[in-house]
Amino acid sequence: MAEELGRLDLPPLVTRRPVKTQEELGLLLADKGVRYYEEMKTFPVDKEALKKNLDSTCKSRIRTWLEICSHCSLCADTCLFYLANDQDPRQIPSYKIQSTLGQLVKRKGDVDTDFMINCMDTAWGKCTCCNRCGMYCPHGIDMGVMFGYLRGLCFSQGFVPHEMKIGSGMHWIYNAQMDVTVEDFIDTCEWMAEENEDYYPGLTIPVDKPDADIMYTINAREVKHYPQDIAEAATLFHLAGENWTVPGKGWEETSLAMFAGDWEGCKHQVEWVYEAMERLKPKRMVVTECGHAYRATVIEGPYWANIKTGDTPVPSMHYVEWVLEALETGKLKIDPAKKIKEPVTIQDPCNYIRNGGLCDVTRKIMSYIAEDFRDIKPSREHNFCCGGGGGLNGIGRYRQERNTVMKIKRDQILATGAKFIVVPCHNCWDAIRDLEEVYKVGITWSFLKPILLKMVIVPDHLKPKDEE
Amino acid sequence: MYEFVSGPLAVISFAVFFLGVVARIIWYVKGLDWRLDRVAYTKKFGAGIKGAARSLFHWLLPFNHTTAKHPIFMGVTYLFHLCLITAPIFLIAHVVLIEESWNISWITIPDRVADYMTLVIIVAGIFFLIRRLTDPNVNILTTASDYIVLAIALAPFVTGYIAYHQWPGYNSWLIAHILSGEIMLVAIPFTKLSHFVLFFCSRIQIGMDYGIKRGGVKGRGIAW
Repeated sequence: MAEELGRLDLPPLVTRRPVKTQEELGLLLADKGVRYYEEMKTFPVDKEALKKNLDSTCKSRIRTWLEICSHCSLCADTCLFYLANDQDPRQIPSYKIQSTLGQLVKRKGDVDTDFMINCMDTAWGKCTCCNRCGMYCPHGIDMGVMFGYLRGLCFSQGFVPHEMKIGSGMHWIYNAQMDVTVEDFIDTCEWMAEENEDYYPGLTIPVDKPDADIMYTINAREVKHYPQDIAEAATLFHLAGENWTVPGKGWEETSLAMFAGDWEGCKHQVEWVYEAMERLKPKRMVVTECGHAYRATVIEGPYWANIKTGDTPVPSMHYVEWVLEALETGKLKIDPAKKIKEPVTIQDPCNYIRNGGLCDVTRKIMSYIAEDFRDIKPSREHNFCCGGGGGLNGIGRYRQERNTVMKIKRDQILATGAKFIVVPCHNCWDAIRDLEEVYKVGITWSFLKPILLKMVIVPDHLKPKDEE
Repeated sequence: MYEFVSGPLAVISFAVFFLGVVARIIWYVKGLDWRLDRVAYTKKFGAGIKGAARSLFHWLLPFNHTTAKHPIFMGVTYLFHLCLITAPIFLIAHVVLIEESWNISWITIPDRVADYMTLVIIVAGIFFLIRRLTDPNVNILTTASDYIVLAIALAPFVTGYIAYHQWPGYNSWLIAHILSGEIMLVAIPFTKLSHFVLFFCSRIQIGMDYGIKRGGVKGRGIAW
């Protein structure tokens, strides 16, 4: 009894609002999801708010999609969940959306807690919002878009996976997907510049330099776990002779808020980056090798920030676009003898192919850096999700679901005959790392930056003195 | 009875149909929201139109990956829709009726061709029905309204075929034909049959989405 009372005294973990304080975030982190999901089982649905939300945000596009779906099942074999789960009809995109959002709309929000938990388990555990199905539906129904919308409804009602709630909270508290502060970021930049200036004399990581040609933004995990990524980016900009900078405030381009369906959080995060653009007035922004971050900050961000043209305040490009430009203009030159000789393939993230149209860019890059490029099949816009997209990589509750769908990527890679994969995306990179850990097929993978560094020709004037 | 179904009821049905589909289009367009949909419909209208044109071209014609992947189903579907639209509009008997009432007319197709088209529609309809009943993927998605809508769409053609071939009870079949045609017209704005116009709306919208936002302005439209 005393224990129960003690539990009652604890502040609730499941709420209908984003986490905005250190204390709340600390509680969530310490809980690891145990009490969180227990609480969720009895967390009531605010039906009135849900109905109001539907009335004001579920407009003709989504209502039409739900209504005119012919129930033809042509979307079935476009979905990696359906294919990886032995063609289970319950994994057909149309079935998944009709039985969740479809019912929600039909019942005008009059649903119970179990229904909402099923919505959550479907929206995050059975869909990575890869948008592949939408390309094959004769009616042009994009179920990935609808699942993104459903995530927003779930978030507003408190039915969101533990890690996503934390992720969105991180953005509110740190303006980053992890607990990395502006000071941490600047310290890491200074540290990386110091570490590498002996090898590359003159190498700096200029912070908050106004009017640069390029403002470079990154993924918080580079600061926290992979600082060498920042050093590699700096080195390549240095070798290419770019006039570049990183913003002190506004350096983080990712958005777990997007995966969480926390639209206010998305706006909050992306405006931080746009403020840096306004403050530093760079000619362009380049974002690191991260698919969802590119989509969040460059493709969707302007809409969250209420920019009617849908354009970022300054033109923005994914890292692969900068790489191709540098190769084509000769800013970066490749030593032909050092090109990748073994068979190599590529994993393009959904967020810059189906949502950004960049598939030609990476193929051109491969022609510069690889002797035996084996394109993945299906390729380009038709490529499958890595299996960990849409936040699925990070959600413990759906670990098995994630491991199952990774089979599709495993088989796609193995079919190319290549054992080495170029992965210009943090999320895909993680998924492929885990894929190897789970399935042990003997593959290796890499971002573009370390590959380029191994093969670019260092101009004489940038070589260390003792080498001359 | 014939006078009633072919007279006032026909006028009412056509009126409901026309006003209904126009209302659906207006409702659709008015409901588009650049912020909620996250598509700069008006600010990037040019890119949007290009994307919309691509989207319509690839799907009004069988030049898309889905047709390549499911040639039989998509083939039957294309044929079904082609016949369903063409046969009633260009049937001699229909054009004559319209000419008598409103003094306007247009080209017609020979009755024999219309007859074959009707058979195609009926056979395709049976194919859809069997597929719905037997394919577990389709079955799990199927609701009662799918059968009702299929019945509404097929009824005018089945009854029309019977009436044309003068099976016993011609008058009743003819009235059933006219009535079922009117039911279909009225059902279009209010059921899944609204895809008669909303298909175009949806395809244009997703085409604009891809044309404006998802890589369209990067010089590569989506490879439908």
